[in-house]
Amino acid sequence: MQIVSGLFGGLVFGIGLAVSGMTDPAVVLGFLDVAGAWNPALVFVLAGAVLVTFIGYRLVMRRTAPLLAPRFMLPGATALDAELLGGAAIFGLGWGLAGYCPGPAIASVSALHTGTLAFLVAMLIGMIGTRLVRQSRTRPAAA
Amino acid sequence: MDAYYLAAIGGALIGIAAVMTMGLTGRIAGISGIVGGLLPPTAGEDRGWRLAFIVGLIGGPVLVAIATGNSGIGVPAAGVPVLVLAGLCVGIGTTLGNGCTSGHGVCGMARLSRRSIVATATFTVVAIATVFVVRHLLAGA
Repeated sequence: MQIVSGLFGGLVFGIGLAVSGMTDPAVVLGFLDVAGAWNPALVFVLAGAVLVTFIGYRLVMRRTAPLLAPRFMLPGATALDAELLGGAAIFGLGWGLAGYCPGPAIASVSALHTGTLAFLVAMLIGMIGTRLVRQSRTRPAAA
Repeated sequence: MDAYYLAAIGGALIGIAAVMTMGLTGRIAGISGIVGGLLPPTAGEDRGWRLAFIVGLIGGPVLVAIATGNSGIGVPAAGVPVLVLAGLCVGIGTTLGNGCTSGHGVCGMARLSRRSIVATATFTVVAIATVFVVRHLLAGA
């Protein structure tokens, strides 16, 4: 059931990205280009997504646990630290250069554009490298 | 106007996917986190669920193409070297900052998480500044 729910969740998410225009870097960059021909479409995407999630989370979290898992797994961190701010800034640089964030880039795989696939390979390398550095830093401290 | 209606409907679908993910599996529907949990050095639990979500994510636009004749997938907006640099930044940044547009921008903001609101403001401002430099300063130089 976990697999089916994952597949279905991903499908609805991917349909939402495609319908909303997020899988077109031109639309995303048009939103980020406030000094050019600004395209406000992403404001509607974000507003629709956050509004539905805000209401929906409050409804489903009235239950003590999710339907297919023992408990809700919510992030517990609250600190506004350098990793959060620096990471968000580095991500913003990449988002502005390509017009891709992780979801739309993955959802665009089926078009088999060389540039999209190159972006994704580099993204995975960046993720693995950062995870390796983070682990090598925390391990000696924990020992 | 049509594009804005579609944008809001697409956004609502993303929200429905996020709510389903929380209601069924108790998880945040953050794409960078879902992918990160499949990668070394310490692959997370629930690999089947994570892989299934990614297969669905790729399949979504394919279904849209079958239904409407248009997948909505646009062409890449930059050359391969720039896209490789951008991909590295997105991979490093979302791992360090523990989230991307979906995890922080949608799920975290909907939870009114202070970290997510600050992260979303930061990556949006930096992305806007990046586009300004690329399109209005470098292009004219």
